[in-house]
Amino acid sequence: MGFIEAVLLTIVTAATPLLIAALGELVTERSGVLNLGVEGMMIMGAIAGFAFALMSGNPYVGVIAGVGFGALFSLLFAFLTVTLVTNQVATGLALTILGLGISGLWGEAFVGVPGVKLLPIEIPLLSEIPLIGKLLFAQDIIFYCSIVLLFGVSCFLFKSRMGLTLRAVGDNHTSAHALGISVSRVRYLAVMFGGACSGLAGAYMSLVYTTQWIENMTAGRGWIALALVVFASWRPNRVLIGAYLFGAVGIAQLHIQALGFKIPSQFLSALPYLATIIVLVIISRNRRLTIINTPASLGKGFVPDR
Amino acid sequence: MFGDFTANKNIDFDIKPGEIHALLGENGAGKSTLVKMLYGSLQPTSGSIRIDGDEVEITSPGKARALGIGMVFQHFSLFEALSVAENIALSLAEDISVSEVARRASEYSERYGLPLNPEAIIGDLSVGERQRVEIVRCLLQEPKLLILDEPTSVLTPQEAENLFKTLNQLKSEGRSILFISHRLEEVRTHCDRATILRFGEVIASCDPREETAASLANMMVGSTVRNVDRSSRNVSSDVVLELNRLSLSAQTQFSVPLSEINLKVHAGEIVGVAGIAGNGQSELFEAICGERISIKSDSVSIGGERVGKLGINKRRKLGAAFIPEERNGHGAIAAFKLSDNMLLARHASDDQKFQKGGRLRLIWQDMIQSATSRVSEAMDVRKSGVNPYAASLSGGNLQKFIVGRELDRSPSLLVVNQPSWGVDAGAAQRIRQALIDLAAAGSAVLVLSQDLDEILEISDRIAVLFDGHLSEPLNAETASREDIGLLMAGVGMATGEAKHVA
Repeated sequence: MGFIEAVLLTIVTAATPLLIAALGELVTERSGVLNLGVEGMMIMGAIAGFAFALMSGNPYVGVIAGVGFGALFSLLFAFLTVTLVTNQVATGLALTILGLGISGLWGEAFVGVPGVKLLPIEIPLLSEIPLIGKLLFAQDIIFYCSIVLLFGVSCFLFKSRMGLTLRAVGDNHTSAHALGISVSRVRYLAVMFGGACSGLAGAYMSLVYTTQWIENMTAGRGWIALALVVFASWRPNRVLIGAYLFGAVGIAQLHIQALGFKIPSQFLSALPYLATIIVLVIISRNRRLTIINTPASLGKGFVPDR
Repeated sequence: MFGDFTANKNIDFDIKPGEIHALLGENGAGKSTLVKMLYGSLQPTSGSIRIDGDEVEITSPGKARALGIGMVFQHFSLFEALSVAENIALSLAEDISVSEVARRASEYSERYGLPLNPEAIIGDLSVGERQRVEIVRCLLQEPKLLILDEPTSVLTPQEAENLFKTLNQLKSEGRSILFISHRLEEVRTHCDRATILRFGEVIASCDPREETAASLANMMVGSTVRNVDRSSRNVSSDVVLELNRLSLSAQTQFSVPLSEINLKVHAGEIVGVAGIAGNGQSELFEAICGERISIKSDSVSIGGERVGKLGINKRRKLGAAFIPEERNGHGAIAAFKLSDNMLLARHASDDQKFQKGGRLRLIWQDMIQSATSRVSEAMDVRKSGVNPYAASLSGGNLQKFIVGRELDRSPSLLVVNQPSWGVDAGAAQRIRQALIDLAAAGSAVLVLSQDLDEILEISDRIAVLFDGHLSEPLNAETASREDIGLLMAGVGMATGEAKHVA
């Protein structure tokens, strides 16, 4: 494997968890729910994935556990914010803190224990293509999932009737209710989809990115995913651009630091954030489209009239 | 067809197939409650509803639609971010593709003369266009009964005429139409029957074509509504408010830019600004009162002083008073008491009267309280207690209080946006009379209103605002409704394209 291939591979590895978590949050937010607990749900997915893979010896059990625990954890958020109509911002922050706490407690026994690695699946023929073959077609199942999710979420939101219903709920929950749409059902499902995605992204961290458990190992990626959704103005294809750009600049700045250029390291560390924000702001400079894509009832709890 | 309906307080009324049935009543008379029960968003506690002779229970809006009842709301229930076709698709029970819905919507819009572009995003459409979307959305479900809640209040006279053409076409197909309106003239000319509600009860059922607007109004209010008394006024040549090439850029996606507005308001006259909502009324109001500062100081002059760059309080101190459109949250804070609202609006102009302790600026409750009582008495504000929360007042009474609060200062200039929007006939009459009395006392009054009848009733001169452009003022005595209606539709305005009307 050449140097370039290796660098590209690290970019994919850095971008995949961001892409998955951001796509999940995008669906949640399109339904009008702002879940700031992405970081908490991710770390729950990471610890559950690590623990179940280790106990069963099968990394796929870990993947399923990560998804399941992420969804389960988000169910708590949905119950609080949709059924009890608590403040979404406060509840989301609490979810993150809770997730970090529980995972730290659960993971204490796993510190320093070598984990189980999720191995790549080589797709015959396609993986033989020079340069991109290994990159795109000799990857683990979670990477393939991220690509399927990207197209799936796009089609779901903009081509399917259910996606239209979801967008309607996010745009104006009062009108949606008046049309006989169950706002709470749509939001429960959207929140749980977001939780499942965050859990999957977390499992990627502990089964692929590093195969060990480190406390707080998601290291703010949940927050970056959240920011990506906003800067991508709630559009899946822009989330893809943002996630990969962030991954790429992040890896590039590591190499630049290693090569010993005389650029302050603080600036280089900030570079991925700067570059992503600038590019996404330029993409979404059309204000009309941004307004149309922003879910108008985002963050607002819904209490029916009666 | 819809018979033996018992609701609110023992309401009995029926609608026949192929008739346009008007439902009349003041605000709070129970029209919305009745309509909500018909549309399934409220359940009657007793009584029954029958459709085609069969007793039905309308448990939800979905059920109402299934029973053939369609409703066009006063405040539209459309999704701003979605396209016309997507909005319509959402309300159809079956799972039809959006492109198929678009095709059907075009077909219906053509058949009933309601031009629509299925691809357009709702957020980009004018109020009249949105209403057409709502109507087409209802028609796609082939309703037997179509309920329209004050449909013409957002339309130009010409748009309203077109709406009635559509309604008559529906009527000839044997459909029933329940038509709620405040505009008695159109009820008289277009409706077959009228049911009048007062305090939640049916007062009368009549053939509106045999009534006069005055007799209908009397039935609604229960007492004779006095006409506004406009004895002759002496308009002086002193210019109190002058707008000189006032332009303002659009602040948000949905606001209207103002371009080159010129207007002079003299002492002792009322100038009315007509126009359909969303043509720049709020922006014009904000520019005059100083909520938005102009670029050039001579864009706005009050009493000869250039105030374009001054804030709202400095303009108030020059003798101007302003009454915004939105009562709750703009004109008054609902969670505050009336006296607090009094102080908030007048703390600068009545600095000495309402605050004591010199630089400490302590609130002088006694003085504020007495001013509050004075205003309440002058404007006949009905309230519970001496100094209740603003939220506890009905819309009409709160509006009377806000108007009175400004009049109490005897301003030399009063600018008011939608003075009687959503208030009952009695309060509206009281407010209009107060504006006329203020002008008679020698002040200049500028009234922005969507209600053309109101404008015609009180104004000396009438200008029309369309798409951020203001027409030359017409003399109210000689201007015809048709002339003004055409200007409201942008015909004959120097604006280039008439994009707010289609």
